[in-house]
Amino acid sequence: MGEAILEVKGLKKHYPVTKGIILMKQTGAIKAVDGIDFTIKKGETFGLVGESGCGKTTTAKMVLLQEEATEGTILFQGKDITHLPPAEKRKHRGLVQAVFQDPYSSLSPRMKVGRIIAEPIVIQGNATNGEIKQRIAELLDLVGLRPDAGDLFPHEFSGGQRQRVAIARALASNPSFIVLDEPVSALDVSIRAQIMNLLMDIQENLKVSYLLIAHDLAVVQHMSETIGVMYLGKLVEIAGSEDLHLHPTHPYTKALLSASLAAHPRDLKEEIVLKGEVPSPLNPPTGCWFHPRCPEARHICAVKVPQMIEVGSNHKVACHKL
Amino acid sequence: MTHSHNLLEVKDLKTHFFTRRGVVKAVDGVSFHLNRGETLGLVGESGSGKSVTCFSIIRLVEKPAGEIVGGEVLFGGDNLLDLSEKQMDALRGKNISMVLQDPMTSLNPLFTIGFQVSEPYFIHQQLGKKAVRQKVQEMLKNLRIPSPELRVHEYPHQMSGGMRQRIVSAMALACRPQILIADEPTTALDVTIQAQYIRLLKEIQQQSDLAMIIVTHDFGIVAKACDRVAVMYAGKIVESASTMELFDYPTHPYTIALMNSLPKMGAKVKRLYTIEGQPPDLSALPQGCSFAPRCPQAIDICSKEYPPQSIIRDGHTMSCWLFEKGN
Amino acid sequence: MTSLVLDKDIDRGTEDRHQSIVRKILIWMRRLPVFPVLILGIFLICGIFGDFLISQDPLRNNLKQVLTPPFWQEGGSTDFLLGTDHLGRDILSRLISGASVSLQVGFVVVIFAGAIGVIFGLIAGYLGGKADTIIMRTCDIVLSMPYMMVAIALVAILGPSKNNLVIILVVLGWAGYARVLRSEVLRVKEGDFVHLAVLAGASKIRVMAVHIFPNIVNTLIIMATLQLGSVIIAEAGLSFLGLGVPPPEPAWGSMCADGRDYMFDSWWISFWPGLAIMLVVLSCNLLGDWLRVRLDPKFRQT
Repeated sequence: MGEAILEVKGLKKHYPVTKGIILMKQTGAIKAVDGIDFTIKKGETFGLVGESGCGKTTTAKMVLLQEEATEGTILFQGKDITHLPPAEKRKHRGLVQAVFQDPYSSLSPRMKVGRIIAEPIVIQGNATNGEIKQRIAELLDLVGLRPDAGDLFPHEFSGGQRQRVAIARALASNPSFIVLDEPVSALDVSIRAQIMNLLMDIQENLKVSYLLIAHDLAVVQHMSETIGVMYLGKLVEIAGSEDLHLHPTHPYTKALLSASLAAHPRDLKEEIVLKGEVPSPLNPPTGCWFHPRCPEARHICAVKVPQMIEVGSNHKVACHKL
Repeated sequence: MTHSHNLLEVKDLKTHFFTRRGVVKAVDGVSFHLNRGETLGLVGESGSGKSVTCFSIIRLVEKPAGEIVGGEVLFGGDNLLDLSEKQMDALRGKNISMVLQDPMTSLNPLFTIGFQVSEPYFIHQQLGKKAVRQKVQEMLKNLRIPSPELRVHEYPHQMSGGMRQRIVSAMALACRPQILIADEPTTALDVTIQAQYIRLLKEIQQQSDLAMIIVTHDFGIVAKACDRVAVMYAGKIVESASTMELFDYPTHPYTIALMNSLPKMGAKVKRLYTIEGQPPDLSALPQGCSFAPRCPQAIDICSKEYPPQSIIRDGHTMSCWLFEKGN
Repeated sequence: MTSLVLDKDIDRGTEDRHQSIVRKILIWMRRLPVFPVLILGIFLICGIFGDFLISQDPLRNNLKQVLTPPFWQEGGSTDFLLGTDHLGRDILSRLISGASVSLQVGFVVVIFAGAIGVIFGLIAGYLGGKADTIIMRTCDIVLSMPYMMVAIALVAILGPSKNNLVIILVVLGWAGYARVLRSEVLRVKEGDFVHLAVLAGASKIRVMAVHIFPNIVNTLIIMATLQLGSVIIAEAGLSFLGLGVPPPEPAWGSMCADGRDYMFDSWWISFWPGLAIMLVVLSCNLLGDWLRVRLDPKFRQT
């Protein structure tokens, strides 16, 4: 289990901001992702957590090759997939699948569920009708849906059931890696547990690796072995799940944790409430981008960008207080 | 008689929607009370009826699709369900205000912030333009909106989600209402912004003795913001208690199951506790207790008759046959 | 295997579903708007089976029965229920035959213009870029041309015939579809399921045909229904001007034109075809509106 399935190094995504309609002059860039490094081990879940605008969704898009990285490399099973030509990209696609947030938009309203699930296999093109039928039945069973569910249309299912269909589809082509982009946040609270259990069971049985993107720290913590905390396009802390909970080091991580505790009313005393708002990615602050809101900021924070430093086994932080 | 000082008293409220598939009993006999300065949380999942309850209180349920078919909503000596539309218009925004979930669609994209925040003043208070402008500035300051003098000329799309929610709240609080109803006010906000917003609301509440009803599915918000909680399922309140009491001694199987199924930070659970099945179809509710089909502790009588309300402790009530049977 | 939560709530057994399909159709039929369906039903029957319904030869001139009024008026006869025209031809028979012309032209134009419009709408909406610009600018040009004048000019060049009429109306008609369907494509392609299809390795053509097209078909059907009405009016208008279906083949537009000189005395010559045009086009519009209401909200559950 020590082998890396995905390695990301120095990954950046800058969207140019241009002025003028004809002579589009670049006046700046939105630094959606500005240099992140992380590794995902085979069979494990890496959770990427952060608030809106932190770049986690953009990272997911780059890993899925939906967006092309401006800089940096993405290595999948050792192979550099950062800038693949279109034909190779299509071939790569069977190996990495995704489950998205909105169960209503993830399934084509006009396709029967069975066809939806079989789509990745049909596209690959090398299975007979009988094999496909069998695979659909297998997958429906795997995600806990009745075998005749394949004949129904998506609108006949609830949100949680649709998400199961989306998961079944993601598994159809036997991927070794699945990107989960907010897989449960659009679901009812009592359904979330069902889906999370399902995802974890699948991981245990099929040894799939996950990149989990979520804003709910409790969900990420429950499902991930390693967690990366992002703020404004940068990774501020990476740690093992338990480690992050017990020894949060970066001030932003601490604030995030304190705000995320589905606590008991008794635990409210040490709440850290950040001041201000998330700055615009067009015009980030100097030095450490978090410093204007940081309760532990010092002089150097406004000047120098902090580097990632190891503070423990599998625990890295980018902060000047170290 | 002991509750005569209640600011708001809802008694056996029933709201039904008439759809092609049948009558949807969205709110099916909900009763609670609210005092000055306190915050009541209505917790439940989608379809529990918590939002419809709030819309029923301020009578924003549209006929012929939906209708408030029974019960009373007592506020300031009047039954709100008996008032005329004109009287309700005078009440909304002035005595009882509401903040909705999505700050983006709550604001009109075509008008400036200043224009929109001034609206409640123009509607309910006969003040001159200058006085209104001043009040708007004051209100924006109260809600910690930086540089309000500049903000009044800006448009909603120029603001962040958290800022928009504060502006919407400014509009709701403009005429110093006695009750603020907030329907999932933090769901669309980032976690750290949620914390800011709740803290702000609590401060304002303390200053003006405001009573709040917060509708949410998030127990974290309940813990931070609410004094009392009512848990709703399929249009009924299944358990009601003070927040501390509910977190310490949840008794209704649904409440317990819901709290258990939440992933908790630092908990070493491998598999989460799940509630089997799906949320109920409100147009075809089962006989007896609506939660019975999914209840791990259901007994025979649960699918025959709806349990009466039992009092566990002072202020802690719930409806379940298990307790009735002395469990 | 580990235990998974089995969803026991999909309790629609396969047996029930087959039964309910028939029931579903019957219930759906009961909800159809009566008036438009009735009129269009008659229109279709006349158009397809017209030859079996007419009692007189629509082309036969009968100079002895010129300008006979409808049968309930003085001088009328039950042989010519709706009267005869200036050449003694039975109006009712010509009306029924004319339905066939309007129907043929209408359907063929709608199908071809729709097909071309869908394809260009898909390409412009999904592929974007230069293709989008070219197609959209072409649409702009086509749509800004004054319909009638262009039709007249083209007929002058190509000569009046039923086939040419179809070609002209298709050339003028596809742009409306392309434009509207392109915006539908833009909306649909943002759906996660399209992204997921791409992620599964689907080619662009597959995405357009299998994923996007079925989700814009509703709009296409609604547009086609409404367009049918406009095509019939266009055909009638051109025939009225003598540029459509050439005589003596009966077409409602030319029948109206025939009666122009007799409007005050023999009103029935223009009146019946005019009424027919109005009823059919009105029914198309009503049906289109009804479809729009019926198909949209259910489909847009996303």
